[in-house]
Amino acid sequence: MRRIIAWFVLIILVAFLASGALLMHPFGYPPSDMDDYMIANSQAETANNNVVAAVLFDYRGLDTLGEATVLFTAVTGALLLFRAVRRKEDKG
Amino acid sequence: MLSKIVRTIANQLIVFILVFGLYIVMHGHVTPGGGFQGGAVIASGAVMMIVAFGSREIKKSLRERHLSLVESGGALIFIGMAFAGMGTIFFYNFLVGTPVFGGIPPTGPNPGNIWTGGVIPLMNLGVGLKVTAGLSAVVLAMALFISGEEMEE
Repeated sequence: MRRIIAWFVLIILVAFLASGALLMHPFGYPPSDMDDYMIANSQAETANNNVVAAVLFDYRGLDTLGEATVLFTAVTGALLLFRAVRRKEDKG
Repeated sequence: MLSKIVRTIANQLIVFILVFGLYIVMHGHVTPGGGFQGGAVIASGAVMMIVAFGSREIKKSLRERHLSLVESGGALIFIGMAFAGMGTIFFYNFLVGTPVFGGIPPTGPNPGNIWTGGVIPLMNLGVGLKVTAGLSAVVLAMALFISGEEMEE
C-alpha cells in the first residue's frame, strides 16, 4: 500500500515539475522595461554607481528589510537554542 | 587550540581580512560588494580566529553580549535610515544632493567617487555591522557549545 502511494505521489510530482519546465516562458519574455529603466536612471536618481546596491537598498528596500529580519531572527533563535540546551544539561 | 605556526599566521592574516571586509562594506555603492558580503568576510575572519585559538581564548575578548549589542545597533541604523526618509516615502533616498554622501555621479562609466550614494553607504554600514556580529555570534555560540564551555552571560 505504501509503495502504491509513493509511486502515485512520485508520478504526480514528476508530471508537475516536467509541466513546469516545459511550459516555462522563453528567456526574456514577457518583455520588461524595469531593468532598462534601472540601468538608465539609477545613477541620476540614487547617486549610485553600483546598480545592484541601488536596487537592493533603494528601489527594493523593503525586500532587504525582510532579509535583515530573517537574519536577525535566525541569530536570535540560534543563540536562544544553544543557551537553553546548555543550561538543561547543567541541571540534569 | 592549534599549533603555534597556525596561530602566528592567523594573527598576521586577521588584519588583512578585517581591512578587506571593511573595504567591501564601505565601497558597496561604488564597486561590487556591500554590507552582506563584507560582513560575511569579516565573520569568516572571526571563524578563522576561533579555529586557530579555540573558543575558550576567543571568549575572553569577544563577548557574546557585545555582539548582540552591535547586531541590534546595525539593525537600528538600517531601519532608522529607512524611517528618516519618511518625509517623502519609506526608504526614500533623502541624502542625494546634500554635502553628506550626496554627490551625483555622471550617467555612464566613470571613475567613481566615495561621496556618492545618499543613504546607501550608511545602510551598507548598518547591514555590515549586523551581519558581522550576527554570524560571529552564531559561530561562537556553536563553538562554545561543542567544546562544552559555559557561555558567559
